[in-house]
Amino acid sequence: MNILEVKNLSVTFDTPDGDVHAVKDVSFKLWEGKTLAIVGESGSGKSQSAFAMLGLLPKNGHAAGSVKYMGNEILNLPEAEMNKYRANEIAMIFQDPMTSLNPYMRISKQLTEVLIHHKGMSKREALGESIRMLDAVQIPDAANRVHMYPHEFSGGMRQRVMIAMSLLCGPKLLIADEPTTALDVTVQAEIMDLLIDLQEDFGMAIILITHDMGIVAGTCEDTLVMFGGNVMEYRPTIDLFENPQHPYTKGLLEAVPRLDVDVQTLSTVSYDFLEGGKK
Amino acid sequence: MSEPILSVRDMKVWFDVRDDEAGGIFPKTKKLKAVDGVSFDLMPGETLGIVGESGCGKSTLARSIIRLVKATSGEAIWMGRDLLKLSDADMLAVRKDIQMIFQDPLASLNPRMTCGEIIAEPLKTHFKGMGKAERREKVSMMLEKVGMDPAQINRYPHEFSGGQCQRIGIARALITNPKLIICDEPVSALDVSVQAQVVNLLMGLQEELGISLLFIAHDLSVVKHISDRIMVLYFGNVVEIGTAQQVIEDPQHEYTQKLIASVPIPDPRKEMERREIRRAKRAAS
Repeated sequence: MNILEVKNLSVTFDTPDGDVHAVKDVSFKLWEGKTLAIVGESGSGKSQSAFAMLGLLPKNGHAAGSVKYMGNEILNLPEAEMNKYRANEIAMIFQDPMTSLNPYMRISKQLTEVLIHHKGMSKREALGESIRMLDAVQIPDAANRVHMYPHEFSGGMRQRVMIAMSLLCGPKLLIADEPTTALDVTVQAEIMDLLIDLQEDFGMAIILITHDMGIVAGTCEDTLVMFGGNVMEYRPTIDLFENPQHPYTKGLLEAVPRLDVDVQTLSTVSYDFLEGGKK
Repeated sequence: MSEPILSVRDMKVWFDVRDDEAGGIFPKTKKLKAVDGVSFDLMPGETLGIVGESGCGKSTLARSIIRLVKATSGEAIWMGRDLLKLSDADMLAVRKDIQMIFQDPLASLNPRMTCGEIIAEPLKTHFKGMGKAERREKVSMMLEKVGMDPAQINRYPHEFSGGQCQRIGIARALITNPKLIICDEPVSALDVSVQAQVVNLLMGLQEELGISLLFIAHDLSVVKHISDRIMVLYFGNVVEIGTAQQVIEDPQHEYTQKLIASVPIPDPRKEMERREIRRAKRAAS
């Protein structure tokens, strides 16, 4: 079944210099338990698309179009209505775990708060559940470490805490916005592998927002390539990599240096497909 | 084979940090061994890539060579002279030959200077006799060399994109005609399309000018592409050094093996295979 159906999503920002169209006419579908990658370079609108879906745009941002979650329209819902979907149905993790965790609060407080608020659990129940979830994301010695502060964890461990927090209420959709960009390569592989394992255990669908074609290759069934707010290409990942149709996708794939291939000179992305040629 | 242009011998950089685990009323210090006995040679015209995870000491090592941080012990022999023992005046003269490019292209440019002033600054320091007109001429030529429009000479850093700012950083490094450029994560803040342009620019300039590069990065794919040899640092020690091909195809140290297994490859079939291999390894351990 379709868990998410996005149709003609557009995001516009009012700025002193006039309207900025950050996202134009984005449409896609996501099936239950599947993974979709949204790939693009900085400023392509990939993050803003996700923010718009969850009603997280800043005050000067406006979203138009349609976002249906399990058949229900959720775009531009009033805050109180939207909060019923957040955490319970749709959860999000961000790039930098240090800035998205509260540095003044123990992990235990930050995790249990979610369960107490959304599930009405008692403190004791919530703590037990939080420890179970930290175990699930493979944080060693979870029963003791749950009482630590964010700064006492390494970057990779902090991201595990974020993932645990996002999964507490058993969401059916997880939006991960550059979840491994701030991490070392070896840790990045561990976190991505963990996400895939958790997806198999918990069965949630994932939207993975990233700039890294390598990450996309290993994890996602479908891939949507964005540039300048527009969708360049949206196809099954294997097809997209083996036979890219759009010149931008081709350019992007060829511009990445690869460990398994030797080239003399890296090819650069050509913007000939744009009217006027230049970026 | 020719003589190395730079020989680093048993370089150590230790920092005093507070020891939180020690008891007692008075704070105690312990040594943090950021770089702990690193030795390597760099040949003229060669690119040596330095990789390692964050905190492994790669930037500290580079900075200790040009004395931006003080080395605890060791030698950095630059064309026969130990840089760590030079007087400040002699060191200043050497800085003309060793330049540096930094990670954050915008942060490493003074926001209140125009791009022309930024690039001309090393000339003012190292070529005091040079006249204003000649300086301007040189800066214009250099801008062209790094693929920018000399007409933009009077613009400020915030008016440029990240890739352009990095080109200005490269121009500033090249203007003194150096023999070695130390590049500290020069492309990690850039988008892949811009990264490819800057990497190509660096490689082209190196071929043209015959400079040596110390190329520090955490992205092994970029390092492999640009380097003749690769040195892998782990907790302040060299765990592996060899030609790029040797290190990538036949890694000896456990950390290098893990690193190579972790680098994502933009090929869905290969990548899924690699994930299964990693999973099997985890299950086994």
